[in-house]
Amino acid sequence: MPSRTGSHSPTGIGKSLPERGLLLLMVLVLLEGSVIPLGAASSPDTGHQKNVDNHKAEGEKNHTKKAFPVLDLDYRHIQTPFEISLWVLLASVMKLGFHMIPRLPGIVPESCLLITVGLLVGGLIKLAGEKVPPVLDSQLFFLCLLPPIILDAGYFLPIRPFMENLGTILMFAVVGTLWNAFFIGGLLYAVCQIQPANPNELHQLEILPCLLFGSIISAVDPVAVLAVFEEIHINELLHILVFGESLLNDAVTVVLYHLFEEYSAAGTVTVLDGFLGIISFLVVSLGGILVGAIYGILAAFTSRFTSHTRVIEPLFVFVYSYMAYLSAEMFHLSGIMALIACGAVMRPYVEANISHKSHTTIKYFLKMWSSVSETLIFIFLGVATVDGPHHWNWTFVTVTVILCLVSRVIGVVGLTCVINKFRIVKLTTKDQFIVAYGGMRGAIAFSLGFLLKKEEFPMREMFLTAIITVIFFTVFVQGMTIKPLVELLAVKKKQEAKRSINEEIHTQFLDHLLTGIEDICGHYGHHHWKDKLNRFNKKYVKKCLIAGERSKEPQLIAFYHKMEMKQAIDLVESGGGVNLPSAVPSTVSMQNIQPKKPPPAKPVEKALPKMTKGREEEIRQILRSNLQKTRQRLRSYNRHTLVADPYEDGFSELLIKKQKMIALEKKIKDMNYYLTVPAAPPDSPTMCRARLASGRGTDFKPAQQQRGNKISPDPQSYSSKPAMDRVPTIQVDLASPQSPDSVNLMDEFRRADQQEEDQGLTMKAPSGQSGFNRPGEADRGREQQKLTRCLSDPGPSADEEEEEEPFLP
Amino acid sequence: MGASQTRTEKYQDLADKTGFSLEQIENLHKRFQRLSDNEETISREQLDSIPSLANNPIRKQIIEAFFDKRNQHQNEVGSCEEIGFEQFLMVMSHFRPPSLKTTEEEKEAMRKEKLHFLFNMHDTDNDGTITLVEYRKVVEELLSKSGDIEQETVKAIADAAMLEVASTNVPHMAPDEFYEGITFEHFQQILKGLEMETRMHIRFLDVDTPTLRCGKSSS
Repeated sequence: MPSRTGSHSPTGIGKSLPERGLLLLMVLVLLEGSVIPLGAASSPDTGHQKNVDNHKAEGEKNHTKKAFPVLDLDYRHIQTPFEISLWVLLASVMKLGFHMIPRLPGIVPESCLLITVGLLVGGLIKLAGEKVPPVLDSQLFFLCLLPPIILDAGYFLPIRPFMENLGTILMFAVVGTLWNAFFIGGLLYAVCQIQPANPNELHQLEILPCLLFGSIISAVDPVAVLAVFEEIHINELLHILVFGESLLNDAVTVVLYHLFEEYSAAGTVTVLDGFLGIISFLVVSLGGILVGAIYGILAAFTSRFTSHTRVIEPLFVFVYSYMAYLSAEMFHLSGIMALIACGAVMRPYVEANISHKSHTTIKYFLKMWSSVSETLIFIFLGVATVDGPHHWNWTFVTVTVILCLVSRVIGVVGLTCVINKFRIVKLTTKDQFIVAYGGMRGAIAFSLGFLLKKEEFPMREMFLTAIITVIFFTVFVQGMTIKPLVELLAVKKKQEAKRSINEEIHTQFLDHLLTGIEDICGHYGHHHWKDKLNRFNKKYVKKCLIAGERSKEPQLIAFYHKMEMKQAIDLVESGGGVNLPSAVPSTVSMQNIQPKKPPPAKPVEKALPKMTKGREEEIRQILRSNLQKTRQRLRSYNRHTLVADPYEDGFSELLIKKQKMIALEKKIKDMNYYLTVPAAPPDSPTMCRARLASGRGTDFKPAQQQRGNKISPDPQSYSSKPAMDRVPTIQVDLASPQSPDSVNLMDEFRRADQQEEDQGLTMKAPSGQSGFNRPGEADRGREQQKLTRCLSDPGPSADEEEEEEPFLP
Repeated sequence: MGASQTRTEKYQDLADKTGFSLEQIENLHKRFQRLSDNEETISREQLDSIPSLANNPIRKQIIEAFFDKRNQHQNEVGSCEEIGFEQFLMVMSHFRPPSLKTTEEEKEAMRKEKLHFLFNMHDTDNDGTITLVEYRKVVEELLSKSGDIEQETVKAIADAAMLEVASTNVPHMAPDEFYEGITFEHFQQILKGLEMETRMHIRFLDVDTPTLRCGKSSS
């Protein structure tokens, strides 16, 4: 930001003139109309420019006047943040707009459209006669725009495929980039030396600037790659190959850049310099990773203690990562690698420590920042293109573009030849093509080019023009054609399916199996080392970095809890008749395999079961024990995710009390209205509200849901009672043996409920129960709605409940 | 000389059967002899005593798989007490990686074969289905090395997994029906997402690299 501030203040009233003009116009009208009777001839009809001038005049006038200015206008005061906000707003609105236009996003990648917008905005600024601000200034780019994108990538890096393909990725990133840099640089120099009959400026180009240019232009850009690959949904292997390369080549680029920049000034290179370059590469990359890992561990360690101040949890993730980036940049280490390492290292531990809400916050913030940054980068790229001092040299530009393509293809094909010798899963020709074709260049190259100093590199403008051309070529031509090509070649796409518990079980089973087979075969393969690392992690690291019982929780159980939690939340959120995106859409339920949870049901066969008495009894038994279990687990879950809840102990006591009460009542069958009486005083809405209002509502959802579900069948089993819908607070203990009816029905009810209130079908039920189904269901729906409302906004719904209470029988 | 001649012939025969290269067979044979103390056959105890296997939670199943006749490409069932090198190799051949030249059909066959191997590991009583009890056993073994796990949790996970299988494969079930267990078709269905043909493999060494050896290298 500071750089922008500097650059802006001299330009005065800045860039996107139309917007600002409009704004000023409005302000002026306001001023004239109401407060300052200036009377100066600033009629709203005059042009924008004039208004602006007028306005300045007014400002001065105000200053000289002795009268106390009731309303003052000081644009400069807020200029920088205002303009930044304007840009961000522009970016967001543009992003919004694209997805509103039908069909367009399917054809043109967003990045292309954004660049076009940037070009238009830049053009407008130019037309308005203003000086185009150096928006894509390197400081701004590297310190503000790039980190969110990289952090997002690093934090959500799919570790498994990344590690499995690390060798290939490193090969492409290091050797490939080196090859590209020297091939492009060298051949460019050679081309510049031809045409002796036609001496031109290219002759003055020396080998080192050429190589420097080559190193700038050769690196695949993560921002551009992400933008394109996110849209084409390619399979995981190819995605991680190209994306991983774009992340890891940063170290090579940094070193080459500094190396050649240094030598270009000096003019000579010795063997020692080359040797130092290699050392420097190791230092830059490993140093970056080390810095990142240290901060990552620190972040994980800090998150261990945040259980009392959940609100700032997400902040630690962001701040530590940014610190890692800055610290790495401070030593000219690879900031990108530091960020990736930091995000990847901290994630498993942080996720185990923080609350579910914080996790969601982190996710959303990262996505939001990265997408805004990305949008801004592309727009700025467009603006900078209009602005930049260009020096178009046909030979240079064409040769660069062609060389970029050629070297990429040769590099990928050559390297895969070598890599395939070592890879078990070979890269096919199609894969190679996509990897080669996906080599987008982007804003990092531009920013690096922008950093060059005019004094040392007289060719700077020509370089910048060529860089921009290459970026545009890759983003527009390749970016737009890659999607049809992927479809044409029938490259395997990504499977969108959610991870199932079976897959998780078998992934782990496979891991152990392969490790075991390797051990029997008698050589240490990578499964063996992975297993060692895992065990070390479990034994020592997790204990230090993860608070509480979670550190001992095996992966499978953690996964299971997460899945359960998700389902519970889905259930609550889909409450009031919303279609349930159910994880397990079928009628298969506990009866069928005697499982633990009743799964959501499919609309079709909603007939209530006709079963034998014995069978029914058996199911009840199962349900009882399982529900008991579920609640216990949910409570223990809350212990991890919630702030130590002062009500917890008292609450459970009340729960037991109430359970007893209810159990008692159940015996007196017809006294159904008593149900509300004992429930109300101890654990009344007030209590519930208090808990919810303390801002931990969502964490309680499962429990709430559980309660809601339990209650729902009651109206049904007790011949319908409309008052029942004040329910979320009532605890009916289904696990207690005295309530077999509700247990049994509950299952049905839940199912009925989840099938988007498909009441007609429930009517298929045996006559004894079908009569109650409809009112019960309606109740349930209302109750669910209320429940969700209550969760999201405790206030009003609580009041509602209060109001309703007097009317209870 | 003659002995080595027959040996290479035998190897060639094995190579045709299992798809390993001669070098790989040579390597595996060395390993086999080391494990079996130069005997013709190998027993469960000998496999069980491999030190690096000690920490493997599913060690028992892995060893059992070697002695399972179903994994020998023959139509026999049951398990044997001791296996020779050929059987050893047969089991190992399930872990061969696909090569660049394998066609789609071959890949599909390979995938099926690998899945069958896994399925057989779970289906301990060889009745063609993985029952809930068997599945619970699998989960239990998986978690057996991770400290004290409540039996309830294990059950819950297996139940949830079973429920998932049942509901993806037989979405419409009358409540009084009973899902017997996972058949092989259902097993294939649920593991569709895991690209078994590209994941279930290990690297078999072509050259003998003593430095990479582990286990009984001193013997």
